[in-house]
Amino acid sequence: MAQVRALDVVADTQILPIERPRGSALGRFARKKPLGAAGGILVLLLVGTAVLADVLSTHDPVRTSTNVLVAPGADFFLGTDNLGRDLYSRIVHGSRISLLVGLASTIVGTVLGGLIGLISGYAGGKTDLLSQRVMDIMQALPILVLALVLAAALGPSLPNAIVAISIPIVPRAARVIRASVLGIRELTYVESARALGARHVRIALRHILPNTMGPFIVLATAQLGGSILVEAALSFLGLGIPEPYPSWGRMLSIAAAEYAERAPWLVIWPGLAISLAVFGTNLLGDALRDTLDPRLRGS
Amino acid sequence: MRGYVTKRLLIAVVTLFGMSIVIFSLMRLAPGNIVDILFESAGYVDQADKKQLERELGVDRPLAVQYARWVGEVARGDLGKSYRYDMPAWRIIKPRLPVTLELAFLALFFSILLGVPFGVLSAVRQDRPLDYVLRVLSLAGLSMPAFWLGMIIILFFVRALGWMPSITYVSPFVDLKANLWQFTVPALAVGYRSSALIMRITRSAMLEVLREDYIRTAWAKGQRGTLVVWRHALKNASLPVITVVGIEFAFLIGGLVVTETVFNLPGVARYLVDAILLRDYPVVQNLTMFIAVVVVLANLAVDLLYAWADPRIKYEKA
Repeated sequence: MAQVRALDVVADTQILPIERPRGSALGRFARKKPLGAAGGILVLLLVGTAVLADVLSTHDPVRTSTNVLVAPGADFFLGTDNLGRDLYSRIVHGSRISLLVGLASTIVGTVLGGLIGLISGYAGGKTDLLSQRVMDIMQALPILVLALVLAAALGPSLPNAIVAISIPIVPRAARVIRASVLGIRELTYVESARALGARHVRIALRHILPNTMGPFIVLATAQLGGSILVEAALSFLGLGIPEPYPSWGRMLSIAAAEYAERAPWLVIWPGLAISLAVFGTNLLGDALRDTLDPRLRGS
Repeated sequence: MRGYVTKRLLIAVVTLFGMSIVIFSLMRLAPGNIVDILFESAGYVDQADKKQLERELGVDRPLAVQYARWVGEVARGDLGKSYRYDMPAWRIIKPRLPVTLELAFLALFFSILLGVPFGVLSAVRQDRPLDYVLRVLSLAGLSMPAFWLGMIIILFFVRALGWMPSITYVSPFVDLKANLWQFTVPALAVGYRSSALIMRITRSAMLEVLREDYIRTAWAKGQRGTLVVWRHALKNASLPVITVVGIEFAFLIGGLVVTETVFNLPGVARYLVDAILLRDYPVVQNLTMFIAVVVVLANLAVDLLYAWADPRIKYEKA
């Protein structure tokens, strides 16, 4: 801190032509990573839409009407569906479901997996071997198939959908955090903490955990888009979010396919909403990975 | 090599064993057993009939006995019976297998065909406009739901070209041209994602390899550019690509679940969804196990291919 201030003084008084990083940290990120900044804007838009859904929507997203399959126009910005519901309002409200399910399942999955990875990597030995095998087993099914079977077994409900989407994330998160813990565990400062007589729990939580934050944030951002996609696929197949919640994935299921020819807007807009939301998190995740994980720079 | 192969095989067996316990438990988690579900739709319930069916299916036995019986059946290749269709599940799966396999391999073929060359181009032109365009396109591929892409393509074909995807499945042995027409579009829709991932991995692997000394040597001795990039560099960059192709194969099977539904293709993945929606749990259980076996075998194949391609690996891990 003191060092930075000293530099500021030097630069401000113009004694030496020292080049000071211009603008805020955010501004610099935007200049260096224009794609990442674009992703950030998309994510902000998604969050903003979810928060302000009630203000932004023009109609009740779940109330049916006799205005069936009306083409996009002044009354209904994006048209109406086969039950006469305003598509624009449904998409605006659908952002809440996408974001809620995406965030919740990502957090549950990465935190659970991260803890397993932390214990596995720190304890080593038999604990590590056993948990690694269990993670292997969990990865023997494609994410969507595991989520599908879980959703079917648990039954359709909002919390169950979150659980079904978060479980397949666990082994992937455990892998990443374990690898990062294995490197940190051998560092000198951890050794000195041990020499000072710190307990294992304290070393793991206070000394190692904070240093896994970089890879953790990268992992979580990358998984967020994936979770939104899995939710969309589950709901599309009729095994995700039940009625009456307006879910983007379910908007694309049977009804949309059936009326696609007469009302192509039913297919175009919800899918575009999913794609933009995931595209935004992917762009942001990529840029964050490049910035926070120097080993992966340029990849 | 022998030690490495044995170890990989053992891990595969342990993984499948663990997976069988997971799948079995999951299916017991579902509310109501298959007998309840079958009788639920019948309305009238004769308790004696129900008891008899329970005994026949073995659901009145302890869980451990049920599990042992199931594993024994699966190990003998018996995939059980579908109670909805009232016939052995294998008779339903067998005609569907070629559909899923053709779609999976065609999608994998397209994704390698597009992913590797574009990945190399992107690496060679790093941070130039072409690189940016390709990177945005690949990220878009990772962001679009495959089923939506499929719907948009169908919509486009129907609206602009007046072409309808065939509703009934055409075997390649009956009409190869019609079959390829039917499969190319869904294979591209589901393969786009994989090609995007393969492109990203190829790009980053190439970027690393292109900076190595032996590549500089190749340039220095006046070797032609195409030869340096496509022969010298790509060969060493192919290892991570092999791994990701293996992982993607498993992912593709997951993607097929929705793609087969959208394109109305009578494949195995679609049957899994149907069975889940019809709550035909014995079929779901066996089909899920079947998918796990396919994925584990694919991973095993990649591991062996990897050891063959990079001799260092078998000594490190063995």
